[in-house]
Amino acid sequence: MRLADTLRFARDAATGYPMRTTLSILAMSIGVAAVVILTALGDGARRYVVGQFSSLGTNLVIVLPGRSGTGGFNPANAITSTPRDLTVDDAASLKRLPGARRVAPLAVGTSEINYGGKLREVMVAGSTAEFIPIRNFELAQGKALPEEDWNRGSSVAIIGAKIRDELFASEAALGQLIRLGDRRLRIIGVLKSTGQGLGMNTDELVIVPVSLAQSMFNSNTLFRIMIEANTRDAIPATKEQVLELLKQRHRGEEDVTVITQDAVLATFDKLLGALTLGVAGIAAISLAVAGILVMNVMLVAVTQRTGEIGLLKALGATARTIRFAFLAEAAMLSAVGALVGYLLGQLGAFALRQFFPVFPAYPPDWAVIAGLSTALATGLLFGVMPARRAAQLDPVQALMKR
Amino acid sequence: MALIELSGIERSFLLGDTTVHALAGLNLQIAAGEYVAVMGPSGSGKSTLLNLLGLLDRPNAGTYKLEGRDVTTLSPEEQATVRSTRIGFVFQSFHLVPRLSAAENIALPMTLAGIPSAERDKRVSQALKDFGLENRADHKPDQLSGGQRQRVAIARATIMQPALILADEPTGNLDRHTGEEVINLLEALNARGVTLIVVTHDQSMGARARRQLVMEDGQLKSDSRTTT
Ligand SMILES: Nc1ncnc2c1ncn2[C@@H]1O[C@H](COP(=O)(O)OP(=O)(O)OP(=O)(O)O)[C@@H](O)[C@H]1O
Ligand SMILES: [Mg+2]
Repeated sequence: MRLADTLRFARDAATGYPMRTTLSILAMSIGVAAVVILTALGDGARRYVVGQFSSLGTNLVIVLPGRSGTGGFNPANAITSTPRDLTVDDAASLKRLPGARRVAPLAVGTSEINYGGKLREVMVAGSTAEFIPIRNFELAQGKALPEEDWNRGSSVAIIGAKIRDELFASEAALGQLIRLGDRRLRIIGVLKSTGQGLGMNTDELVIVPVSLAQSMFNSNTLFRIMIEANTRDAIPATKEQVLELLKQRHRGEEDVTVITQDAVLATFDKLLGALTLGVAGIAAISLAVAGILVMNVMLVAVTQRTGEIGLLKALGATARTIRFAFLAEAAMLSAVGALVGYLLGQLGAFALRQFFPVFPAYPPDWAVIAGLSTALATGLLFGVMPARRAAQLDPVQALMKR
Repeated sequence: MALIELSGIERSFLLGDTTVHALAGLNLQIAAGEYVAVMGPSGSGKSTLLNLLGLLDRPNAGTYKLEGRDVTTLSPEEQATVRSTRIGFVFQSFHLVPRLSAAENIALPMTLAGIPSAERDKRVSQALKDFGLENRADHKPDQLSGGQRQRVAIARATIMQPALILADEPTGNLDRHTGEEVINLLEALNARGVTLIVVTHDQSMGARARRQLVMEDGQLKSDSRTTT
């Protein structure tokens, strides 16, 4: 029998029994759609988290005051209960490190901003000129904080997009004087709107020179020091240098914690990648179930069409021809099911993206390919047994059955 | 040389712990172009004989030579080829594929044999004309009368131009008049040289054949020729 004829014969046989054909296509398509949608969710979560971390800045090394729980026991730490302050001078000293391209101290607090009688609570970040490039923020108007002595801050501020809108509406904000707590500051820049991210929401942020923030909040310690390493490869070395230098400055006590964005990112990337794989595995089980269903459907088809198989043999069909015809039918059911499932899955992923625009729910290519090929393979594999059973039927017995 | 040569054919079935000898020590020769009616009581082995002649079944003992070739030792694939090219079947219950049209049913043996569709279409349209089915080409079997269905089945049996046509009670499901028509068609085929073997319960139909075989308990009871 020619291939085109075999395929046409299988197609006619499949469409001749719409109920069982629809059922097995449905089962197969649900399996494939599950793989596509679930991996789109898993990979979307991974991309979302990775994207958020990347938006914090590139090649970041971050210093936190205080020792984190991990690490060896240090008797010096045990004696001094409160950690030494992380100061602006500590941050300034890090500028000398060979691996550091940029350094920015960060002090944070909340305060009230007041302009023309309008009052609102804001988050205040005290930092230096390089804060904006390190954190990948962008200015919509104006300029960054001035390059100056870190211990002597000018009375200037950069405001977030939402604050600008609320206080100034259509008025020009640049150059205006505002009140922040008990200070009068001149606005020198406005940040671009970014929306809610993993880090701080810059739309409601006011950035001022670090020394100004510290005196406003009456504190000497920094919230963070951010260092941008020269390259991705330089991150571990830079981390070591930072630790070493701060230890020296703190009289041999290791009372700071240094984390790298890279390490956090890699952990999340791995974790969520594994999650996606696991989810894909679970979805693949439904594919195997669908394969078994296709097998049962084909076994029923063989029983239903016993008389026909006997006739085909009487008309000179070889066992091979009959095997191929039934295999082609099973393959067709799985292929159509896989295709429908793929389209359903993409549709589902599209719907997810419509409802949650920030969530990049795209199924990864490997999952789509694995899903489709698993569907086809199980369909064929489970189609073999019924096809063989059909080919082995005794023609006389088969013909007697009506 | 005889078209069919059976010698010492045995075919028995195991039913529980008793063996039924459906065919026992059968010897038979049929020449090319003969018209043979096989008759006998129910259970005498007529269908078993026909299945054997059609290579749908194998004997337990004995040899079957078709056109001088021992076909009992052929592989299943080779037997399928012989069925495809040399033998046509007509069944009592028509055995048409319900989802295929009349034309597609007629073309089925050629489709299975891998004959190109242009050639198939040519032969099918000729067959539809020959069997008066031109207006029924696209009808499904359930849209056809019994006589029309059997005509489709006969067209299908002849489409590969076989040397031998085996018909097991071809008129069994038809009324007298339609049965007559069907027998006329088969006889016309025989007149053109095709060997025709018909199993029938109908004495008058049997009498039309030039040779009558009467079976009983798996053996030939009589083998007579009508002299015309
Ligand atoms: N597959 C089988 N299994 C067991 N016994 C069988 C089988 N096929 C045929 N027989 C037995 O073989 C004998 C001959 O059967 P066969 O069908 O050839 O008779 P028949 O002459 O065609 O009868 P009928 O006129 O009723 O069709 C019967 O006794 C039947 O019971
Ligand atoms: Mg019979």
